[in-house]
Amino acid sequence: MPAISAAALEELRIKARKLRKDVVTMIYEAGSGHPGGSLSVLDILIVLYYKVMNIDSQNYKHPHRDRLVLSKGHACPALYAVLADKGFFPSAYLSSLRKINSPLQGHPDMRKTPGIEMSTGSLGQGLSVANGMALAARLNQSKYHTYVILGDGEIQEGQVWEAAMTSAHYRLDNLTAFLDYNGLQIDGWIRDVKLPQPLAGKWRAFGWHVMEVDGHDYAALLEAIGRARANKGAPTMIIAHTVKGKGISFMENQLDWHGRAPNKEEYEKALAELSQ
Amino acid sequence: MTEEMATREAYGKALVELGRKNPSIVVLDADLSKSTKTVLFADEFPLRFFNMGVAEADMIGTAAGLAASGFIPFVSTFGVFATGRVYDQIRNSVAYTKMNVKIAATHTGITVGEDGASHQSFEDIALMRVLPNMTVVVPADARQTCQAVEAAAKHEGPLYLRLGRPKVPPVISPEVPFELGKAQLLREGDDLVFIATGITVGIALEAASLMERHNISAAVVNVHTIKPLDEVLLLQLAQKTGAIVTIEEHSIIGGLGGAIAELVSENCPVPVIRVGINDSFGESGSPKELLQKYGLTVNKLISAGKAAVEKKVRAY
Repeated sequence: MPAISAAALEELRIKARKLRKDVVTMIYEAGSGHPGGSLSVLDILIVLYYKVMNIDSQNYKHPHRDRLVLSKGHACPALYAVLADKGFFPSAYLSSLRKINSPLQGHPDMRKTPGIEMSTGSLGQGLSVANGMALAARLNQSKYHTYVILGDGEIQEGQVWEAAMTSAHYRLDNLTAFLDYNGLQIDGWIRDVKLPQPLAGKWRAFGWHVMEVDGHDYAALLEAIGRARANKGAPTMIIAHTVKGKGISFMENQLDWHGRAPNKEEYEKALAELSQ
Repeated sequence: MTEEMATREAYGKALVELGRKNPSIVVLDADLSKSTKTVLFADEFPLRFFNMGVAEADMIGTAAGLAASGFIPFVSTFGVFATGRVYDQIRNSVAYTKMNVKIAATHTGITVGEDGASHQSFEDIALMRVLPNMTVVVPADARQTCQAVEAAAKHEGPLYLRLGRPKVPPVISPEVPFELGKAQLLREGDDLVFIATGITVGIALEAASLMERHNISAAVVNVHTIKPLDEVLLLQLAQKTGAIVTIEEHSIIGGLGGAIAELVSENCPVPVIRVGINDSFGESGSPKELLQKYGLTVNKLISAGKAAVEKKVRAY
C-alpha cells in the first residue's frame, strides 16, 4: 500500500465523522442495535472500503472482487453506513434498519442487502467462511483477497480456532483477518469474563503472521494491510486495538453501550459532538 | 448394480463420476474419508478435496465460503456429526444463506451397529427437515444413491443426503424414474399404504407381499425425498387406501412419520401408525440384531399394517 498523504487522511477523517453520524442516527431511529462495537470497527471498514478493497458497488457480484466477511455481525450498522455511502444501495435504506420489511436486518443478510458477502450474527462462523472464499480464489486462480473481521469476545467460540488451524494449514496468504480488540463484551471486560491473553501469542502459535496496530489510526492500518498483502505462506491477523463507542465521549469504553440505542437527549448530544 | 452395496460406497463412486464431469464439485471431509468413501474422490482429485480434520463446524463454514464463491461442495461425515453437532452452522451459514452446499451423511440410523448410541443418529432427518430452504433425500439403495448424487449437484441450494453404513440389496428397479421431490409408487394396493424411506423400503415391499395372506392389499411408496414431500401422490394414496403405516430407520418423532402425520392430519385425516425408533437412543450390536431389537422388521410392519386397517374400520 502506498503511504497516504495528509490530505487523504483528512478526507478519511471527514468521512468518518459523517459515517459515525449515520451509525448513531440509524441506531437511534431503529430504537435498538449495537453502537459500541459498530463505532469501534468503523475505522477498519473505512480503510478497507475507501483505500484498499477492489470492489465496485455497481458490479458487486464481480467474480474477482475482494471479499469482506463481518464475522461480528452485530456491528452491521457500521458496514451498512459504508455500503450506502459507497452506493451499494440508497442511503434512504438506512432509516429502515431493524424495521419490518427492511433490506437492512438487525444482523447482516446477504440475500437482502447488496454488498453483504455473508450472513452473520451467530458468532464464530465467519473465519471458516472466509477460509472457504480464500480456498475458492486459489482453486479459480483468482487474485482477490478475503478480509474477515472478528470480535474480541467472539474468539471465545471454539469454531474460530478450528478455522484458525485451517487458514494456517492451507497457508492462506490471500486472507487477512482483523480482531476488533475493544476489550469489552456484553457481560463485562473480556479479561474478566474469559482471559484472552496471550492474544498475539495464541494466533502466532496457530501459525499466523500477527501484527498489532491502533485500530483508529488510518496510516497504521494501511501499513499493516500492506504488510499483510506482502506476506507469503501464512494468513495474517491484524490485532486492531480499538475503543468501544469510539468518537462519542460518553459511549467510549462504556459497557452499557454494547447493545442499546441512545434516547433523544443522548442522540442529540452525540450528533453535537460529531459536528464539532 | 445388481449386487448388494452400501449407499456410502455408491456415494463415493458417484462423487468420482460427478467430479470428472463437473469441475465445480469440491469435497470436504472431517477425518472420516475412508469410512464415508470420499477418499475415492480425494485420490483422483486431490486439489478439490479438503480434509478439515476433526472439525465439523469449521467444515460446514468452509463449505459455505466455497459455495458463496461458485463451487458445489459435498461435505461428508457420520450422521450425528453432520447434523446435530453442527446444527447452528448449517442453520445460519448454509440454510439461511441458501448456500449450494450438499451435506452427505453416512453412518445414519441403527445400522451403524457396533459403535453404539453415540454414533447412531435417529434425529438427523428431523433436524434437517425443520430448516427452511433445506431439501432432504434418503436413497433406498446404491443405484438410487447415484441418481440422488447427480440430482443433488443439479439442484441449486442446500441439500441433506442421508446414507448408510451396511451393504443393502437393490430394491428399486432401473426403470423406475428418479426425480427429487417425486415419491415412487412401487406397489399398488387398495386397503393400506406402507410409506417407507431408505433401507426400510425393502422391508415394506416384503411386508406388503405377505399382507396378501391376510387379505389386505397394501401399496408401497418410497419417499426418497422427505422434503419437499410429494404431497399430491401421498394424499392420493391416503385417500385411496384410508390407512397408512410409515417406516424409517429414524425416530418416529419428526422424521418421515412425523412429516406424513402432519400432511394427512391437515388434508386427509386417516389413521397413521409410525414404525421407527420409539423415542430412545440405540446401543451396540450387529445391524441385524439391532433392526430386530428396535422393531424394524417385516413382522412388526405386518402387525402395524393390520392395526392401521383395523383403526380405519373403527373410524368409519
